[in-house]
Amino acid sequence: MDVVTILTNSLQAAFGPLAAFYALLALGLNLHFGYAGLLNFGQAGFALLGAYSVAVTSTRYDLPLWVGVLVAILAATIFALLLGLPTLRLRADYLAIVTIAAAEILNLVVRSRVATPVTGGTQGISQFSQDFDALAPWSTFERFDFFGIRYSGKDLWAMTVGWSLVALLCLLTWMLMRSPWGRVLKAVREDEDAARALGKNVYLFKMQALILGGIFGALGGVLYALAVTTAQPDAYQTSLTFFAYTVLILGGAARVLGPVAGAIIFYFLLAFTDNVLFQLTRGRDPIVPADILTASDAFQLRFIFVGLGLMALLIFRPQGIFGDRREVSLDAR
Amino acid sequence: MLHRLVALVGLVFVGLLTVLSGPASAEGERIVGTLASSASGPIEGVTVTVTTTDGDEVGDDETDENGRFEIDLPGAGDYIAFIDAAELPEGVTSASTERAVTVGTGRAQRVAFALSDGSVGQGGGSTIIVLQRFVEGLRFGLIIAITAIGLSLIFGTTGLTNFAHGELVAIGATVAFIINVSFGVQLIWATLLAVVVGAGIGGLNELGLWRPLRRRRTGLIAMLVVSIGLSIVLRYVLLIQLGGGQQPYADYRGQRAEPYLGGIMTLTDKDLASIILSVVVLIAVALMLQRTKIGKAMRAVADNRDLAASSGINVDRVILFVWMLGGALATFGGVLYGLSDQVAWDMGFRLLLLMFAGVILGGLGTAYGALVGSVIVGVFVQMSTLVIPDELKNVGGLLLLIIILVVRPSGILGARERVG
Repeated sequence: MDVVTILTNSLQAAFGPLAAFYALLALGLNLHFGYAGLLNFGQAGFALLGAYSVAVTSTRYDLPLWVGVLVAILAATIFALLLGLPTLRLRADYLAIVTIAAAEILNLVVRSRVATPVTGGTQGISQFSQDFDALAPWSTFERFDFFGIRYSGKDLWAMTVGWSLVALLCLLTWMLMRSPWGRVLKAVREDEDAARALGKNVYLFKMQALILGGIFGALGGVLYALAVTTAQPDAYQTSLTFFAYTVLILGGAARVLGPVAGAIIFYFLLAFTDNVLFQLTRGRDPIVPADILTASDAFQLRFIFVGLGLMALLIFRPQGIFGDRREVSLDAR
Repeated sequence: MLHRLVALVGLVFVGLLTVLSGPASAEGERIVGTLASSASGPIEGVTVTVTTTDGDEVGDDETDENGRFEIDLPGAGDYIAFIDAAELPEGVTSASTERAVTVGTGRAQRVAFALSDGSVGQGGGSTIIVLQRFVEGLRFGLIIAITAIGLSLIFGTTGLTNFAHGELVAIGATVAFIINVSFGVQLIWATLLAVVVGAGIGGLNELGLWRPLRRRRTGLIAMLVVSIGLSIVLRYVLLIQLGGGQQPYADYRGQRAEPYLGGIMTLTDKDLASIILSVVVLIAVALMLQRTKIGKAMRAVADNRDLAASSGINVDRVILFVWMLGGALATFGGVLYGLSDQVAWDMGFRLLLLMFAGVILGGLGTAYGALVGSVIVGVFVQMSTLVIPDELKNVGGLLLLIIILVVRPSGILGARERVG
């Protein structure tokens, strides 16, 4: 067991581009679930729209990067409107089922043969991040070393942009939640009828929250696609949404920095267990014999840990690490 | 082998135990798949060749009597799989004989070749295809209905939107698979055993998790998310147990479709049996709900829990019974689904959204609504392949779900009341 490698790998993952991606998804979900009490299980769909917006605009139509980002925001807005119009007047669990179904529809359509000329089918689209890489102030091919934690120049650039975006959106969330708009949103979460009695258009506030959080998710998708230079449907399955929820609840819903802390801790723990299991099962003569646990099975264990973690959090500490129990909406109305 | 089965039952709550039981899948990267079409059944003796993207041959395999092929690969990466169109039986054509495949580390990647046979699409008149699709849809819809009744009753009696219900289906199919394939028990007996195990797993769900959570006054949204966590845990326990591929039961493989109604539609014996068995089981469930004391109590609790409790019904006992019934029905539906679509680790999750569609279409919380709604969803999904590509058929079912919520959120048989 190489403890130093395990720790450096885990720290590398905790601050890597993927953690920033999850932080962005969870920031969006925080607006939905944390502040507005909306159960959006289609965040993977928003991320998919973001990723494919940049991928398709740049490879199929040769448009610059900023157009792709604009298209991503637009696509997320339209998707949120389509989701919200039928369901925001209904009970919370209906929104959950519809959003999960809609995200699944998007995924099925993107990977279908019909859409392959545009989306690349199950293979997806790759090689479209040149514009993004060219913006980096350092070489994206070099490797950089921070106290033993190594990042490629490209990852470092994606991290810089990603975490800056996270910081920006955190600031936005913080300002919004201090504003009258945020107070109404929280009122809607706490008691919809009371908010309505005060003359607030509850439906409109919920819709605005759904759109804004969806845009956060789409921006996450943009960042992730640019960081890994591929947009591929397998990356945007429902489990992505569930992971993002785990991140949010771990950090603490309805806290501005909850999703950020959640993403870093979640990715540290995930990489840590992955690395420990890898060290235990690798090589010809693994520490744990292959007939007990093989390397490929060990990789699947991470999902089991996430599932168990999600259950345990909800049962024993629904407010997460930093949250306030009174602020977490856990009852369907 | 017994410890594996015991482990599977116990694993409902202790996912970690799988570490102790052996993996079912073989090691190494492979390309697997099945060649079959609806009229010809499984296709034997077709050579499948795999090359690298540069055109170097990696390996080949001839399909066996079940139409299956399996090719070992040197490692993960991009490959191209070919079939020899000249070897296909007469009347069967392939839209593309070449498929690009990306294989991940340690994965058995499934490859599907789109085959079309003359009987559907070109040969027959349009009414025949419509009827054929309708009957296929009926079979599928009845399977959804069997699994969805439990989902709906659980919602009705406890308020829980159970995202782990699909896993009850997959576990049921897997338990029957292990009894059938590993122990060599004939599938009918294996199914009966599995249904008993399924009822046990349903009961265990209630006693080990949901009843304690209700006692703790856990909120409904929190319970919903807990069920998602449970669903992830169970799904990946199944993945470790079964491996990533799809596997058929040991019995009733490779049946040919027989003509019915003077040859205007064809159906394999197992599909016909599936339809008949589904109808018999559903009628039995309906009779139980309608006539027996416990059935009436279940409907009463689903209708109004407090009123039922105050009129002397032991609500906890009724809910436990609902869970056991739901587990048993999910298992039975899972076996039928595994019989037609093979047993796979994610089969339950694939079915779950269609179950929700059926349940919401019929009216969340009602038993008969779930039945009617599910059959409509199944028929709709299969009939939609008349106009949209087969791969997008589930999109149609999910769109139907969304449209229903816009038009009539309380469902067809649900009370016409506000649900928001």
